[in-house]
Amino acid sequence: MKRLMLGNEAVARGLFEAGCKIVSSYPGTPSTEITEFAAKYDEIYAEWAPNEKVACETAVGASIGGARAFCAMKHVGMNVAADPMFTAAYTGVNGGLVIGVADDPGMHSSQNEQDSRHYAIAAKLPMVEPSDSAECRDYTKAAYEISEKFDTPVILRLSTRVSHSQSIVEEFPRNEVGVKDYTKNPAKYVMTPANAKGRHVFVEQRMADLTEFAETSELNRVEHADSEIGIITAGIAYQYVREAMGDNVAVLKLGLINPMPKKMILDFAAKYKKIYVVEELDDVIETHCRKLGIEVEGKSIFGFLGELSQRIVAEKLLGSAPEYTEFDGNVPPRPPVLCPGCPHRGVFYTLSKLKLTVSGDIGCYTLGAAAPLFAIDTTICMGASVSALHGFNKARGEEAAAKTVAVIGDSTFMHSGITGLMNITYNQGISTVIILDNRITGMTGHQENPASGHTLKGVEVPPVSLEKICEAAGVKRIRVVDPLDLAAVEAVIREETAVAEPSVIITRSPCALLKSVKRKPALKIDIDKCKGCKMCMKIGCPAISF
Amino acid sequence: MTKSITIVGVGGQGTLLASRILGNLLVSEGFDVKVSEVHGMSQRGGSVVTYVKYGEKVSSPVVEKGEADVVLAFELCEGARWVSMLKKEGTLVVNTQQIDPMPVITGAMEYPENVQEKLRSAGVNVIEIDALKYAEEAGSSKAVNVVMIGALSNFMEFPEEMWIDTIKKTVPEKFVQMNLKAFELGRSIK
Repeated sequence: MKRLMLGNEAVARGLFEAGCKIVSSYPGTPSTEITEFAAKYDEIYAEWAPNEKVACETAVGASIGGARAFCAMKHVGMNVAADPMFTAAYTGVNGGLVIGVADDPGMHSSQNEQDSRHYAIAAKLPMVEPSDSAECRDYTKAAYEISEKFDTPVILRLSTRVSHSQSIVEEFPRNEVGVKDYTKNPAKYVMTPANAKGRHVFVEQRMADLTEFAETSELNRVEHADSEIGIITAGIAYQYVREAMGDNVAVLKLGLINPMPKKMILDFAAKYKKIYVVEELDDVIETHCRKLGIEVEGKSIFGFLGELSQRIVAEKLLGSAPEYTEFDGNVPPRPPVLCPGCPHRGVFYTLSKLKLTVSGDIGCYTLGAAAPLFAIDTTICMGASVSALHGFNKARGEEAAAKTVAVIGDSTFMHSGITGLMNITYNQGISTVIILDNRITGMTGHQENPASGHTLKGVEVPPVSLEKICEAAGVKRIRVVDPLDLAAVEAVIREETAVAEPSVIITRSPCALLKSVKRKPALKIDIDKCKGCKMCMKIGCPAISF
Repeated sequence: MTKSITIVGVGGQGTLLASRILGNLLVSEGFDVKVSEVHGMSQRGGSVVTYVKYGEKVSSPVVEKGEADVVLAFELCEGARWVSMLKKEGTLVVNTQQIDPMPVITGAMEYPENVQEKLRSAGVNVIEIDALKYAEEAGSSKAVNVVMIGALSNFMEFPEEMWIDTIKKTVPEKFVQMNLKAFELGRSIK
């Protein structure tokens, strides 16, 4: 059957068809739906892990245990998963292992624009990159073949426009590969220095073999044309090139983007007069071409920032693009905002009112940084609110600490806030940490986490207790407060920032969008009593307008 | 020749369902189709844009400035924001409903005035629809998206039965009747 499929759904379809058995991931836009769709197949065990490192290690273990395994993450998640990944590159696999990573050029939903291709180079792992949904399915399956043939984890690189666009995919049945035998093999799986030295030799030979494979792999293809221009490209950029340039230029489309072929590229470059490299983000393909001694143009005309598009390709290579009409007037921007009824809003209103310095984190509540709340001072990465606040307060002293807090969501706390909290208690910090506990991973669209009380597959489980974790970490002052009770929130924050010892405030109220939560009917403003003071506008609620 | 439609609105207005209906219809008509959407941040009440492209062979999943045959705007100032996506001979089909963005709520900016007039004087073909009114008439303010799909259907060459059939297959069963009514009301606006 043929139907429209999101790129991420097509990856899940590829996992199913390839006989993948184990999927463990942490959500992150634009990668999240891969794991959600994978979980819909009864044949695949899929779970949300507390973070990408755990997810990657789970997948590595499943692979050593003989199953075809997978984990997905967004580009910044790969920073977290890098530790196991770099050494899994040495151990290799038993059952095939594929690691999915979704980059976010243009930063639609991310805090940086890093290019995950550098990881493939640094970890010496093969990386494949599809350009539409059909290739998402095909390349996922091909990745398992490469993984088992060359004894290596394989990285599947996606980007926002591939993950989040739908195109037509044909469905095929599952290839039930089963679980391979596990045989104890310390030289391969115990990475002590002596064993790792042996495996490094293997890794270098593997890269040489893979380079040879890249020369003939169907993942790389040349589309010749009667033209002077030849373009080397990969992933979504290929689609932009084809749309902008039609069939009038020759294209070398790389599907295996690490390691890249040598002879194939040299032969292609020799056939055409002018060679361009069109790639999003960094100059990875371009650098490879230059190493081969090929004169190419790429980043000097396209730059390193943001997404490409057919328009940008046409402007840069053809010098023309369609005309258009702009609206004559100012259109107010419409940034994302905290939802009506969001339990985080009152906390941020209070933090703003108390003029506290707020060490922020990654989640819906990052929106507390925006107008009119302006309640967040820093946002770096998952978990940094807690650890960075500790550093900030060590730098500025006890008096300053009384005017600072960290805010972190329940899922982000599970992900990497716990270690930061232990650092505070262990090293005699006095910081105040607010856990915004809305019982779910919100920003990515309601994924379960260890505190939610149920799993990705819908099984009810005992929720991990935030209070007990904080207590076990050595925090003596743990306060739980309803964030919808503004007076209580303010009182608790005042008390806890005033004391010179570590404290945790858990503001507990489920996400306003959770369907399982029974809510009181929406309140209405009594127009007769409204004085028009516009005080209520200061909380930044989209349900209130004047 | 590839045709391009850009659907814009405010997070929560159901642009994704609208693009799904359109995408499913185009697939059943035998076209190559690509639909592009952005998830995550932009869902939280932000400006949302979805692209639907179809033809014999579609390459890029995104619509760029000056490329759309139709911009289907679920909200008035979103229509103004995204009008640059239109081709010279394209049409803006816009819901006249106004949803204040945060800078307007906080008083930092004003909601733009005379949007339709300004667009027309700039030479844009504008079709206005009070989609909220029709959606409420159909039974729910949430059906604005399907009213807009009904309005869009007048600009496309497919028979009415195909649209009805696709809506039946795409929306949850208990909402089929309401959505069919919303579609009819939208389609009645010429």
